This record gives sequence, C-alpha cells and structure tokens, in this order.
Amino acid sequence: MRHFLRRLRRTHRPAFAALWILVALYGAAFLADCIAPYPYDLQNRAYSLCPPTPVRFRETGGGLHLRPFVYRVELENPALNTYRTDRTTIHPVRLFVTGPTRKLLGIIPSQRYLFGTDDTAPIFLFGTDMNGRDIFSRIIYGSRISLSIGILGVSISFLLGLLIGGISGYFGGRTDTILMRTVEIVMTFPAFYLLLALRATFPTNLSSVQIYLLITVILSFIGWASLARIIRGMVLSLKEEEYVLAARSLGLSRLRIIIRHILPNTLSYTVTALTLSVPGYILGESGLSLIGLGIQEPFPSWGNMLAVTIGNLRILTTAPWMLLPGFFIFLTIISFNFLGDGLRDVMDPSGKTG
Amino acid sequence: MKRFIASRLLQAVPLLFGMSLVSFFIIQLAPGDYFSQLKLNPEISTQTIQAMERSFGLDKPPVIQYFYWLKNICTFNLGESFAYHVPVWFLIRSKLVNTVALSLFSLFLTWLIAIPLGIAAARREGTWQERLISFFAYVGISLPSFFIAMLMVFFAAKTLILPVGGTTSLFGPEIGFWAHFGDYLRHLLLPGLALTLAGFGSLVRLMKNNFLEFLSSPFVVTARAKGLPERTVLYKHVLRNAINPMITLFGYELSGILSGAALVEVVTNWPGMGRLILDAVMAQDLYLVMASLLIGGALLIIGNLVADILLAVVDPRIRLRT
Repeated sequence: MRHFLRRLRRTHRPAFAALWILVALYGAAFLADCIAPYPYDLQNRAYSLCPPTPVRFRETGGGLHLRPFVYRVELENPALNTYRTDRTTIHPVRLFVTGPTRKLLGIIPSQRYLFGTDDTAPIFLFGTDMNGRDIFSRIIYGSRISLSIGILGVSISFLLGLLIGGISGYFGGRTDTILMRTVEIVMTFPAFYLLLALRATFPTNLSSVQIYLLITVILSFIGWASLARIIRGMVLSLKEEEYVLAARSLGLSRLRIIIRHILPNTLSYTVTALTLSVPGYILGESGLSLIGLGIQEPFPSWGNMLAVTIGNLRILTTAPWMLLPGFFIFLTIISFNFLGDGLRDVMDPSGKTG
Repeated sequence: MKRFIASRLLQAVPLLFGMSLVSFFIIQLAPGDYFSQLKLNPEISTQTIQAMERSFGLDKPPVIQYFYWLKNICTFNLGESFAYHVPVWFLIRSKLVNTVALSLFSLFLTWLIAIPLGIAAARREGTWQERLISFFAYVGISLPSFFIAMLMVFFAAKTLILPVGGTTSLFGPEIGFWAHFGDYLRHLLLPGLALTLAGFGSLVRLMKNNFLEFLSSPFVVTARAKGLPERTVLYKHVLRNAINPMITLFGYELSGILSGAALVEVVTNWPGMGRLILDAVMAQDLYLVMASLLIGGALLIIGNLVADILLAVVDPRIRLRT
C-alpha cells in the first residue's frame, strides 16, 4: 500500500492531490458534528439570505489582530435583503470552542466544535439560505449523504455486476444469452427516465432513511448492467487461461473458480472503474434531489440545497452563495476523476492516457 | 446495405418489446394510479370514468392492459394522456421539437469545438497550450451539466445578455418568421451552451488520445518518409484513422439526445421532454411515460444503427454483415 502511494505520488501528482482532497472531504463528513458550527436545521429568522461573513484580521480603524475576528451584521432592508455591518466591536473567532451538546456520529456526546464565535455575532462562512440556516454547516452535513451514496451505490452495483458478469462469461450458452439480453434491455432505457420511473414506483412520503436507501438501490440497479457486460468480456478471455484449467482439474466448484480465481484477476480493472464510476452515483443523487425526488428537507444534500435556485431568479441574483454546494459536487467529481486516471496509469502502465 | 439495416431493425424489435414490458410493469408497481385520483374528483361523472376505463381496458388485469396498449402501438396510436386528455403524441410532439432542437444544437457545437481542440492538443503534446486544453477538458468533464446551467442562468440574469427560460419572447405574429427564428435561437443559446460545456471535455480527450495513437504509427512514418507535406500526413492519414472511434461515439450521442438534456431543461426552464416526463411520472400518466421511454429506446437503437452505417461509410475496411 505504501509502495503504491509512493508510486502514485511520483508518477501522477494530480491524482495524489485528489486523494488528499477526498480524504479531507470524507473526514469532514465523518466529523461533521464537530466541524459544522451550527446544526443543519437551525433557523435564524433574523439572518435570512445573509451573505458570507468575512473573516478579518485588520480593524476598520487600522488595528491589526493576530486572531481572526468577525463583525456583527444586521438586516437593514428586508425587501432588498441588504445587511449593515456593525464595526464598533470585534468578535474573535476561536478554535475548539464549547457549545451545546451534539451527538458525534449519533453516539458520542460532544461539546467541542472546531471553531466558533460568540452568539451575538454568528459566523456564516458561506452565508445563509432563506430560512437563515448556515450554508457551511449544511454543506458539511450534506456531504454525508452525497459522498456516502457514491461509495455505497458503487459497491452494490459492483457486487451485482461482478457476479452476473462472472456467471454469464463463465457458463456461456443459454445462461449467457438470457443474462446479456437482460443487460441490453436495462441499458436501452435512457438512464434519467428510468431513474424517474423507478423512483415513481415508490411513494413520496417515505422516511429520510428509506429514501436514502431507495435512491442507492435504484442507482445501483441502473449501474450494474454496463459493468456486468465488461466483466463478462474479461471472464470470457480469462477462462481459457491455464490456471483456470488447473483449478478445474483439481475439482473446484464452478462458483469457487469464478469467485476465487477469475474475478480477482479482473481486479486492477475493477478498482479503476470503481473509482471512475463514483461520480455517476453522486450526480444521480444530486440530480434526483435537485428535482425534489431525492433527499427531502430539512435534511441537506448537495443536490437539494441547489433546488431552491431553480426558476427563482431573485434568490439566484441576490444570493449567489446558494450555488456553493455545486462547487463541492464539482470538487468531489474532479477528484475522483483524477484519482481514477492516476490509478489506471499506475496499475496498467501500458495504456497511456492523457 | 439494405439487408443490413433491415436485419438490424428486426433485431431491435425484441429489445423494444422487452423495454416496453419492463416500463409497463414498473408503472404498474407504482402505488395508486391516476385513475383513483380521477375517481375522487367530484367534477368528473362516473359515466365518463367508466367510458375511459373501457376504452383503455383499465378494468381488465394489467397483463391484458399491456396487450391493449401493444395493439395500439402497432397502429402508431400511443394512447391518450390521462392528465391532459389529449393524445400522447400531441403532447410529445411539441416538446420533442424543442428537445431535439436543443440537443442537435449543442451536439453540433460540441463537435465543432471539440474536434479541432483535440487535434490541436495532440499536435502540441507537452506544451503549455496542450496542458491548458487538457485542463479545461477535465473541468468540463467534472462539472455537472445542471450546475453549469445554473451558473449560466446566474450570469444571464445578472448581465441580461441572454433571455432565461421559455422559447420565445413576447412578440406578436407581425415580426415575421425570421425574427421569430432568431428569437428562438437566442433562447436556445443558454441551455445549448450549458450542454456544450458539459459535453465537450470527454470528446476533446478522446480525440486527442486517438490522434496521438495514430501519430506514432508506422504508416505515418512511411508517409513522412515519402516526403508528403505535413498537412496531408496529418489530415489525410492520421485524421482519417483517428476519426473512426469518434463516429461510433457520435451514434451513441444521438441516442442520448432525449434524456441527456433533461436536467438542463428543468434548470433553464426550457420546455422540452425533461419537464414533460418529470410531470408525467409524478402524475402517473401511464401512457405518456411509456411513450417517452419507448421513443427514448427507439432513438438509442437508431443511434447505434446510424453509428454503424456512418462507420462503414467512413472506413472502407469495414464490411457490413447481417
């Protein structure tokens, strides 16, 4: 593993950087309860569509501070949504502050937050939404859904794809024909329409956990087909290898040969494909949530946080910080793409891609 | 050629059949149906409901219903929308025009930009120009189409350069056909550009890789050794080979014409198939959903067929076999 990382760093710097970005993003999602300064559903009616709070070092009078601070802002004109900055007192930003108890990962009670200010001058790093909820906190909490759905969905469809592709390729004949026709039918559907149709087969008033699982399963159901087809092709060529013949003459069962001998040899390809297909699942979730069929309010996901801006030009123009979740989707996807490309180069140096 | 096309179309029939079967039962699985909502509506008399039930065969079990629908499909009758009380084809037609216009526009633009950029990047491999192009291609691949659309809507609304949403401004009929056409194009520009930006990256990368692959092949060395001018080598020898995989891709892109633009349509408020099918699925408008799925599938099959034929036209080494 260490050898592998070193090679990745040497040959493919962007991929190595992407790996660290992803580690940071997933780490933040894991520790969301500590990093987010506010709960995702805490509404501040006095701070509707408040712009991002600037973190300053220099006072308006000229005094320079080592500790960053913020000024307090007040709603000035509710119609135009303008805020006035109160420059009389400074409110320092402190690290590892104590606050109301939150359950870390839902289990460990914790009172420490990564950073915070005193209650009179809240800090909204990325501004607030219409209900005055802190967008930074919601992005951190929302990353839990958006990031985990990628991994979970990919895992499910890879298991399905590996198994079905493996069986289809190894057994051949009628099994192969039936399975591959099924794959073709699934692939013929326009993916987005199938996504919608499948989502519609379930009621809209599910609990948030149910919706989360449902989306994951639907995305996997659409995603396994193309993978199964590729694995089948690889198995078809691998099964003629001599070690398979050896395993067969040793009397191993066919399922065992598929799982223990053939599938591991498709691994270098699968790991790369796995990395490169995560973005598809993240996009699927955010797309569904964007049109209101995915994760429901008040729970944040990067997709449903963007939903309010659709068809609402007033919000879009007065509060462009509402688009920030989109940048996080972009950051995650580009990181996965870089990492996938790097992995491909490291694992298979012959197939050079630019 | 004719035999090839005929046999490919014949092969598509079971595929379409399977697709329609799956989509029919997916919709059947959905809880409740549009009819139970209609029955609760006091404005609609029971006679009307019974008449509708009979004409769609809805009082029969789902399997029989499917064959009712299938029989209608074979006579090009796509059924009637429950929600709008008009033939499905009538609904789809107007939206289909918009979606196809949008997709073709962005497809054309994407290829127009991506192919020269890919070639340029391949020829300048290792220079800063190549890195810049590759970087933008990467960003393009990784930006979600709906997010690009949102950003563009934001800039359009801020600067008022482009109109947002709809297909026309408020004009009377007096401005004439060409003015209307220009107006339509202006509205098309925003969603079209968003789709183009979302799609050009992968094409640039593919084109560049293909071009590079052939640039170092023996026949290029031969051509250069013969003393052919560089232009001829690049555009007659390398490009002719490098373009082949792209042609196949073109077919696939044709097939994605319907669903590829759906989210961008919703975000930019472009009245196309995306919005229509979203509403239809929500309202469980059975025949509308099935017709859309079927048209989408048919486009995919046609797209693949077109790709095969185009490839055979471009590459004389390929013989079409049935």
